Amino acid sequence: MTRYNAWSLLKQGFAGQRGWTAAWRSPEPKSRYDVVIVGGGGHGLATAYYLAKNHGVRNVALLEKGWLGGGNTGRNTTIVRSNYYYPQSAALYDFSLRLYEGLARELNYNIMLSQRGVVNVLHSRHDMEGAARWVGAMNANGIDAELLTPRQVQERVPLLDVSPRARYPVWGGFEQRRGGTARHDAVAWGYARAASALGVDIIQGCELQGFRREGNGRVTAVETSRGTIAADAFGMAVAGHSTVVAAMGGFRLPVSSYALQAFVTEPLKPVLDTVMLSFGTGMYISQSDKGGLVIGGGLDHYLSYAQRGNMPVIRHVLGAVADQLPALGRVRLARQWAGIVDVVHDSSPILGETPVPGLFINCGWGTGGFKAIPVGGWMLAHHIATGRPHDIAAPFALSRFLSGALIDEAAASGIPH
Amino acid sequence: MLLIPCPWCGPRDEIEFHCGGQSHLARPEPWHAVDDATWGDYLFTRDNPKGLHLERWSHAAGCRRWFNVARDTVSHHILATYRMGEPVPEALQRELAAAAPRGAS
Ligand SMILES: Cc1cc2nc3c(=O)[nH]c(=O)nc-3n(C[C@H](O)[C@H](O)[C@H](O)COP(=O)(O)OP(=O)(O)OC[C@H]3O[C@@H](n4cnc5c(N)ncnc54)[C@H](O)[C@@H]3O)c2cc1C
Ligand SMILES: [Zn+2]
Repeated sequence: MTRYNAWSLLKQGFAGQRGWTAAWRSPEPKSRYDVVIVGGGGHGLATAYYLAKNHGVRNVALLEKGWLGGGNTGRNTTIVRSNYYYPQSAALYDFSLRLYEGLARELNYNIMLSQRGVVNVLHSRHDMEGAARWVGAMNANGIDAELLTPRQVQERVPLLDVSPRARYPVWGGFEQRRGGTARHDAVAWGYARAASALGVDIIQGCELQGFRREGNGRVTAVETSRGTIAADAFGMAVAGHSTVVAAMGGFRLPVSSYALQAFVTEPLKPVLDTVMLSFGTGMYISQSDKGGLVIGGGLDHYLSYAQRGNMPVIRHVLGAVADQLPALGRVRLARQWAGIVDVVHDSSPILGETPVPGLFINCGWGTGGFKAIPVGGWMLAHHIATGRPHDIAAPFALSRFLSGALIDEAAASGIPH
Repeated sequence: MLLIPCPWCGPRDEIEFHCGGQSHLARPEPWHAVDDATWGDYLFTRDNPKGLHLERWSHAAGCRRWFNVARDTVSHHILATYRMGEPVPEALQRELAAAAPRGAS
């Protein structure tokens, strides 16, 4: 692997940029590995990387039916934060944010982490009370968060209509300053490159089509569009397709697949230097380094595997932009798209064992799993390599839907970002 | 935008409706014989097929009645609507049986 640094940049500059090598290898699949990971989004790639890096398990294949990051990882609005409510979630998401803070160096890949803050805008007394409780819980969990006055909100987001006439009057806000954005493709590619350098085989265009199982039910191999591949253990991180893959293994999951949309406008000069989210409309917005405003909102209203998105939600989200940030009312959209997200009742992920021996799962991140890619990969790798859940992952086992010990983060993650 | 044929009012715009999730769910009975697995499944686990799905919708901004919709989750094509309490139309029953195994329930 060519290390990326000032020297290699200079050298390539003189060589007309013609000497760069591929960032990761693309070998033919072998017939057997120690571990096979299915799903080449951020979570699958991070799992493969941490298996090799933390546990020395390097005989690993990562199978992706399309291209790396072609699922939600390359479609999301790239917000990272750890402002969740319950201690279990705080431990999980802050572990992730801390890994993000060192990730560019760790992977030798610029993931463009920008801790520009995440400002939540509150529009009623009830929002204010909820936020006070929430900020209190975060502080008690050791995570940075502060309440903002309407004037502070206005200073952070000058575009916001804070006038008394506003349809959504601004009562205040709260901010996590360590929150911000990172470049989604870079996170996928950085993990892929680093995993490949440690020996992981990254195999794109390879679809899982079924499991081969022993008499006792244990998975011994997967059937794929590129042949049968055997392994000792398997991990799945396929997000919106989790129930489809589970059905191949003969089990069901408490996961529903919905389309989540996003939008980006034509590039503008810098107008917004934080991430803003409105509690009233669920709309959230940030500005990319290219100048485009990246906009998101709530889920579409019914099950979907169409990566398209429906009109009523588009109208709602963009109406909110025009209403709350009136100066943007005439800005043109460059693109609109959707990803299929894996929604769970308590808006918390499912990590660990499945009913099928030898098959481990990472799913259920729903609308907010980009921020969790480092921790999701770390936890799945830990469970596969050691045979036991990491302490941080243990509360998120599938068995919580039997015991009733849900971790209900609907408030923190009901609004996607 | 979907055009949804309400069995009472005829075709209407999607924004008049509200989707209420999977149809034909039966609460497991009797309560004292229901184990945790069955109860957890009833509360939290729903069909999530890539393809034909039977779901309840309410015509919230119209007649305000509930009814069933058979819809494809990939194309969003609506294959049939039928009233509450009516059985799944026969043609769809065949299609559901032919669909890939949906896992143990
Ligand atoms: C519009 C939008 C905005 C979002 N905004 C944010 C945000 O701001 N912040 C945040 O934290 N999160 C956000 N999210 C959520 C976040 O994108 C996801 O939770 C996260 O990317 C999930 O990563 P993953 O690796 O689990 O899944 P994915 O990236 O979807 O990867 C799963 C992969 O599995 C592959 N796969 C599926 N079936 C098979 C098979 N049979 N064989 C082989 N491969 C298969 C798919 O092709 C896919 O590449 C957003 C999501 C969307 C859609
Ligand atoms: Zn009607």
